[in-house]
Amino acid sequence: MANPHPGSPLSPEEISRPTPQAGMSGLVNDWAAERRVFDMPWGKTMMWLFILSDVFIFACFLVGYMVLRISTVEPWPDASEVFALTVAGQSIPLLLIAIMTFILISSSGTMALAVKYGYAKDRRRTAALLLITALLGAVFVGMQAFEWTILIGEGVRPWENPWGAAQFGAVFFLITGFHGTHVTIGVIFIVIMAVKVMRGSLEGSRPGFLTGRKGNYGMIESLGLYWHFVDLVWVFIFAFFYLW
Amino acid sequence: MDQGSHQQPALRVYLRVWIWLFVLSVLSYLVDLSGLEGLPKWGLITLFMLLKAGLIVAFFMHMAWERLSIVYTVLVPPAVLLFLAALMALEADYTLTSRLGIFAN
Repeated sequence: MANPHPGSPLSPEEISRPTPQAGMSGLVNDWAAERRVFDMPWGKTMMWLFILSDVFIFACFLVGYMVLRISTVEPWPDASEVFALTVAGQSIPLLLIAIMTFILISSSGTMALAVKYGYAKDRRRTAALLLITALLGAVFVGMQAFEWTILIGEGVRPWENPWGAAQFGAVFFLITGFHGTHVTIGVIFIVIMAVKVMRGSLEGSRPGFLTGRKGNYGMIESLGLYWHFVDLVWVFIFAFFYLW
Repeated sequence: MDQGSHQQPALRVYLRVWIWLFVLSVLSYLVDLSGLEGLPKWGLITLFMLLKAGLIVAFFMHMAWERLSIVYTVLVPPAVLLFLAALMALEADYTLTSRLGIFAN
């Protein structure tokens, strides 16, 4: 490698790096030494910083939701009834949301395994797991579209709904819509990554079409971080919006 | 270090975390079905939520194996969000009180 890509396994900086210390003294050392702070590929660091910024965006939405819900004088619609699904003549509360939750958790599990098998250079399994993850993500978005259709059919709009506080619709469409957009983008990138894995682009360090970044299996880990974050956000939405 | 700077955890670890996430999701769903109200309901929902979030971040996102420099960089800033939430809860409570006081019929 004449000109190693920064962050690739064999860049000179990493060969000359002393064995990192653990614990607090390691923390001080990482920040004080005259080299980059985070001992990981730059793509992964940047993904973490992106996630941090996204945490703040979603948190602002959830805090806004809290403010609207506390300050409204009208009763807040009961999520267990609003999101109930009638199966065989019986109304089961939150059924669709529960299934969506399990689907997203499952996809997080398959993504974690894809990262693991990627590092093990098991291309076939990695690609298969990535495709399963993308499929589960697509099913999740599909169910969300189904849920939106039901609610819009029942007369929910961002400015009104049949059950109570008018703010309910605005919050619902904004938060689940923004989350669904994240899932959709994730699915697209996972499919692209699965193709890269299948044709061996990561193993052969082939430069990417758009960015020219050379392929490596760390890319799957960064993508995995994004996907787990999407799952993480759903954990909070599920608790605060649907269960609370 | 190399791309997988930390040791890749064993398959067993992932499967266990996965099962726990399912169990915790079922439990939080049961809280909703059980008809609990008030503090027990909110307490349990929050507890299960935080446990799930912790499992995802620690194991699926590999935080348990990362160095403290990145762990603190990612986990400390969101703590200020609790402060934001507390401030906005006070503000919202004041808004509600004003609305009830001024617009009450």
